Amino acid sequence: MSVFRTHVLLPVDVGTAQAGVFEVKRRLEKELSVRQMLDEVKVLESGTVGIVGKGVILAVYPDRMYYFNVREADVPRIVDEHLLKGRVVAGLDHAAIAVSPSVPGPKVGLTRAQRRIVLDKAWTVDPENIDEIIAAGGYRGLERILREALPPEAVIEEIKKSGLRGRGGAGFPTGMKWEFTRKAAGGEKYIVCNADEGEPGTFKDRLILEGDPHRLIEAMAVAGYAIGAGRGFVYIRGEYRLSIDRLQKAIAQARQYGLLGNNILESGFSFELEIRKGAGAYVCGEETALIESLEGKRGNPRVKPPYPVTHGLWQKPTAVNNVETLANVPGIMANGADWFRRIGTDKCPGTKVFTVLGHVEYPGLVETDMGTPLREIIFGFGGGVKGGRKFKAALLGGAAGVFVPEKLLDVKMDFESLKENKAVLGSGAVLVMDETASVVEMLFSIAKFFAHESCGQCVPCRVGTRQILDIAWRIRQGHGRAGDAETMLQLAETMFKTSLCPLGQSLVMPVRSALENFAEEFALAAGQAGKA
Amino acid sequence: MEAQAVHVPDNEQYRELKRFIDASRGVPGPLIQVLHRAQKIFGYLPLEVQHFVARELDVPLAKVFGVVTFYNFFRLDPIGDHIVNMCLGTACHVKGASEIIKALEKELGVKVGGTTADRFYTLSTARCFGACGLAPVLMLDEEVHGRLNPQKAIQILREMKARAAEAAAAETKEEK
Repeated sequence: MSVFRTHVLLPVDVGTAQAGVFEVKRRLEKELSVRQMLDEVKVLESGTVGIVGKGVILAVYPDRMYYFNVREADVPRIVDEHLLKGRVVAGLDHAAIAVSPSVPGPKVGLTRAQRRIVLDKAWTVDPENIDEIIAAGGYRGLERILREALPPEAVIEEIKKSGLRGRGGAGFPTGMKWEFTRKAAGGEKYIVCNADEGEPGTFKDRLILEGDPHRLIEAMAVAGYAIGAGRGFVYIRGEYRLSIDRLQKAIAQARQYGLLGNNILESGFSFELEIRKGAGAYVCGEETALIESLEGKRGNPRVKPPYPVTHGLWQKPTAVNNVETLANVPGIMANGADWFRRIGTDKCPGTKVFTVLGHVEYPGLVETDMGTPLREIIFGFGGGVKGGRKFKAALLGGAAGVFVPEKLLDVKMDFESLKENKAVLGSGAVLVMDETASVVEMLFSIAKFFAHESCGQCVPCRVGTRQILDIAWRIRQGHGRAGDAETMLQLAETMFKTSLCPLGQSLVMPVRSALENFAEEFALAAGQAGKA
Repeated sequence: MEAQAVHVPDNEQYRELKRFIDASRGVPGPLIQVLHRAQKIFGYLPLEVQHFVARELDVPLAKVFGVVTFYNFFRLDPIGDHIVNMCLGTACHVKGASEIIKALEKELGVKVGGTTADRFYTLSTARCFGACGLAPVLMLDEEVHGRLNPQKAIQILREMKARAAEAAAAETKEEK
């Protein structure tokens, strides 16, 4: 085996692929080959860094240097200057890689220090190579459980102690969900991963899957062990082709290494994992609808109770967990609950992956401690409002989210603090709107989305979404009538109380927050109607 | 009632689908996975194919039709050679996706959901690809194009069409 003095990482994701990362890679390999440096410098494809809109990104280790917007033509210079002579190519857009909060790095932007748990390996290893993953600490949690033959109850206890809460939006304690499933009557049980990430503005699960698919496999095996399930399903969006590809490869590798399948690590524990592709329905992100879809049916949500923990997939006890939730599990099992509790807040330990989007300087993904102030996420990591314009609002949590005005910029981003401020964490999407954006327009877009995605099974949601859309359209067109805002709010509140599933129940969040925080804008839009 | 032997139309497409269905017989609830494969083979899901799937899996046609019409991904109508899928998610909306849709409708002469007369393009929309950092984005077949404006979007379509025309011309030349 050869030892390389330098590693060049090329993060591959949708954005860098479009910007030509593969052309850069081919050129890099060619230039290295010409200079006979292929046994000194190793070129690797890694998962995403989470920085978008910076073209092809190239990272040099151990020098800890990023280059952005790398074009094929820049490659010879990088090879000659940096890889051969060890000098940073000053003419190219670059930044030092911040590794941990203790190492000073840039003050703003997505390259500044982030504490990463779920994405800690995603940007430094080749997600398609299980050896690298294992060398970087992958499967250590699962190994510990099986080697020490921890009883499943002890695994659940550890997760409960860690305080891990569901990252899909609701924030339900994961350990409790597992305990309910474990204690439910019946021999056959299932663990299901919800990777049907459909909340507009959210792509954290995709990047976790693309960047570190083995983490999910490990987590699902641990979960299966804990709740007593021999089979797991990953329900994943059909559009997430790269995620599906990589997860498929990872499952095959894990099976080959005896980390999945029969008698894992000769412990007597067996676990099988399957991928099921979704077919494009927002409502399937709701767990009972997802289960219906897994069974091959229309994704109509079920009436709860009974809950999936007792009557889930094929009416068997089932735990449904979000990708990011599960991605926290291996770290907790490897390092212990106390380690996890030291991060984040008391009631919401750990980190959260946010997607910062819209009118910001550096759109992309950031993983940071729970409880980080919103201002820090938008102005620190996001680099502030694009073009120096004024901040108007942030839509937190996607379409089923809340419009937050400027006065709430200092709110801490965790389940509790947001709830106290009538906001939600949701999926972790932070969509920034500058002074030129229209909340009326946005609310219309959200209403349209809900009307389109309502499954139509229950009346309040089917009719309510349509009614709200009509009113939102009217206001947007400048034909608002007196009392429109009140009617819209009343409809949304009725839907909240009477809809069958969270889809219909959650439209009240964007509606109420838009009307309460931006009342003038709606009055103005309606007022223009009066004049016209 | 005894199950009738299902007649398999004698062509490779149906044979391929039948092989997939046979392979998934042990799996509970295979309908959606079967429809995924069927659409990959046929490009869309005409009624005959739905009939075939229903009989093969021994489920009512109504159930198959119900599933097909529930999910955005499944199509009842034939589509063009290439699919233009414009994202209308929240992030793309803020960045002007609706302007682009208008421009594309004008360029192609069809409304959203329509297929051009030469069956080259089908114009479609989607709710968020999870590529919001590149907003506004469209997916041309399997490739994501981001940071668009109306001109750029039109240019991408024209380039693809031009490449196809060139390839076709080269082929006829060769044949001659």
